[in-house]
Amino acid sequence: MDQFLVKPLFGDGPINWYTPTNVTLWMFLTIVVITLLLVVATRGRAVVPSRSQSIAELAYGFVYKMVEDVAGKDGVKYFPYIMTLFMFIVVANFLGLLPTAFTTTSHLAVTGVMAVGVFLTVTILGFVLHGAGFLNLFWISAAPLPLRPILALIEVISYFVRPVSHSIRLMGNMMAGHAVIKVFAAFAPLILISGIGIVVTPLSILAITAIYALETLVAFIQAYVFTILTCVYLKDALHPHH
Amino acid sequence: MEEAIVTGLAYAGAGLACTGMGGAAVGVGHVVGNYLSGALRNPSAAAGQTATMFIGIAFAEALGIFSFLVALLLMFAV
Repeated sequence: MDQFLVKPLFGDGPINWYTPTNVTLWMFLTIVVITLLLVVATRGRAVVPSRSQSIAELAYGFVYKMVEDVAGKDGVKYFPYIMTLFMFIVVANFLGLLPTAFTTTSHLAVTGVMAVGVFLTVTILGFVLHGAGFLNLFWISAAPLPLRPILALIEVISYFVRPVSHSIRLMGNMMAGHAVIKVFAAFAPLILISGIGIVVTPLSILAITAIYALETLVAFIQAYVFTILTCVYLKDALHPHH
Repeated sequence: MEEAIVTGLAYAGAGLACTGMGGAAVGVGHVVGNYLSGALRNPSAAAGQTATMFIGIAFAEALGIFSFLVALLLMFAV
């Protein structure tokens, strides 16, 4: 479990808010990769795109289509925010898969801030755009009248649980995947005990490969799920009538 | 002596908490199974609902991850 520890980069001193740690380093590397992909690769602005330019265009088109489909035409105004979230999470997840890397999104501190940011943005946006009419989100007019107060209470509770589940989903997936890889990796050097080790080591190496492939898929899917749930919450804020 | 009892029970609780993930696996399989059976009946309409399927998978899997979180809390924060 010490792959998830926050360690200072230089020396062994106390961790203040200004200490460069491994979290800082890997977040910086995430930004470097995103800049290389989106800014430097598209600098040529060729009509027939080069390979890296077409990857950047594919990513842009993918997120743009998602925002337009789920949040509607007036959700496209918030596309930069959602593209930032998506690119950060996908690149941070993929960078964490490299050997000896640190996954910044496996910490509740990081995913919690992103999820609380989404929650505050969406709630404030709903109140600014619709005033008190935003509370129509909780008043389900398709249900019979005596049932509506109870449903409203349940809706309010599930609305406040949203940032909790949003952040823990990403954090749990990342932490669980890497912890499983670590557990199988602990079985790999057993070949040195030449009894059961001859059988266990090849199996554990196969298991590590399979879980690694699954983790690559999960890294992309969790970024996609975070982003599409953000779009769904945004749609709720922009059109809160049930 | 008390420390040992608390630690032992915490680890036992962590093991019990992991049974919650079975329900999550059944839930995710249910969502994907229904999507597959619908997609095999109406393949052209299937592409439009892949996004809904992924959202359903995320909601079902999140609860399994909550139970994993309880197990981690019991092991490392008690």
